[in-house]
Amino acid sequence: MPAEALKCKECSTTYPLAASYVCERCFGPLEVAYRAPSSSADELKRRIQAGPDTLWRYADFLPVERVPRTSLPTGLTPLVRADRLAERLGLGELWIKNETANPTHSFKDRVVSIALARAVELGFDTVACASTGNLAGAVAAHAAYAGLPAYVFVPADLEPEKILSAGAYGAQIVAVRGNYDAVNRLCTEISGERERWAFVNVNVRPYYAEGSKTLAYETVEQLGWGLPDRVVAPIASGSLYTKVARGFDDFIAAGLVNGATPVMHGAQAEGCSPVAQAFAAGTDVCRPVKPDTIAKSLAIGNPADGPYATELARRTGGSIEAVNDDEIRAGIRLLAETTGIFTETAGGVTTATLAKLAERGEIGAGERVVVYITGDGLKTLDAVKGTIDVAEIEPRLEAFESTIGVTA
Amino acid sequence: MAVTIKLPTQLRGVAGGAAEAQSDGSTVGEVLEGLYAQHGELRERLAGDDGELRRFVNVYLKGEDIRFLDGLATPVSDGDEVTILPAVAGG
Repeated sequence: MPAEALKCKECSTTYPLAASYVCERCFGPLEVAYRAPSSSADELKRRIQAGPDTLWRYADFLPVERVPRTSLPTGLTPLVRADRLAERLGLGELWIKNETANPTHSFKDRVVSIALARAVELGFDTVACASTGNLAGAVAAHAAYAGLPAYVFVPADLEPEKILSAGAYGAQIVAVRGNYDAVNRLCTEISGERERWAFVNVNVRPYYAEGSKTLAYETVEQLGWGLPDRVVAPIASGSLYTKVARGFDDFIAAGLVNGATPVMHGAQAEGCSPVAQAFAAGTDVCRPVKPDTIAKSLAIGNPADGPYATELARRTGGSIEAVNDDEIRAGIRLLAETTGIFTETAGGVTTATLAKLAERGEIGAGERVVVYITGDGLKTLDAVKGTIDVAEIEPRLEAFESTIGVTA
Repeated sequence: MAVTIKLPTQLRGVAGGAAEAQSDGSTVGEVLEGLYAQHGELRERLAGDDGELRRFVNVYLKGEDIRFLDGLATPVSDGDEVTILPAVAGG
């Protein structure tokens, strides 16, 4: 299914497959358009199954001319059956797509894999990004593996775990005094002035965004070529949420799986919920907000794909929910205690949203639900600080017996 | 009020290649009208038929998104800087 053009999502004007991301006619976002696959479903399936144990097994559905010879192995993360969590919430068949298993512990390794491969094809010699944290680490690591210099721009108040881990890969960290939207705006300006720089989520964003489709491709394959009935995924810019649905649609259109687009639920933090607010108001106009939430990786106050996210939620009969910081912390604990997966605050948002939907009785007992857990709890340790009971004792048996022994 | 407007790369082609333009007006909306008067093609790029900005056009006054202010009715002062940028990026 080779890529054939960049196409404006608003007015359908097409452009060559270059480093452009915005329609010159109407400022709408560009996305990759493909020719219909010329291979049969059986042939496509055979090629996928014979491919590498990374997201490059789906190369037929990705916008690169050729699979890069060297690429930090990414994807094929576990799809974990979550029976104990399902039982706790009164649900039936529940699965967790565990994206903490990627090289830099978040789904951002997927989008960076595609962006970097395409950036090299287009002749860029430096990679950069505007990041809420996870992207910084992914860009830094993949650039290190490819031997390219990297510049990552982050809000200066970001969690130290995310800043330090990105720096360890040798990237130049630029801490910008402002929130993510200010960082993003600065990077948009810089990308207009630095012709040799590929900003993965600015000037090569159409390619970058395609990486999130692989979350759906893997889910279908891991379910034995089946579809979820319902999906819960986090929303920051709305890119992952909309591209996951696109991924399911791609495989349905190619005949690789039978059925309909799953019901799509989006998850936001109350302290930064412009898309949830637009959904609740029955509009697609996402009025920008100033983020104030512990879920910093979702703290995009001016979400570029917000209008498409609200449209998707309505089209599939889903919804976009918002949960508060206490619910986020409880979500982190709930997931960790029932599945052994320790997620960052974004996963707390997603889990809390799942719990909220279950409590409202929106999810049928016979439904198959897939939840996307996009990042690792070790990057947001502050969020659980003070919530964990540590018993400190003297190194003596009686101290243990008198403190712990009574309950153990 | 004399205001400087910074143009994104995507718009410079229809503004004679310039990265900046000067305009006058007492509100952001008037300043943009002044810009359209100089470069007619910019109007349909930035605004819909209703005169409102298209949904993927972001306009900043001295670094602040005008949607946090009074939108196109936001007053401007002499020497202010207005920046136009596409919304698409991030995440």
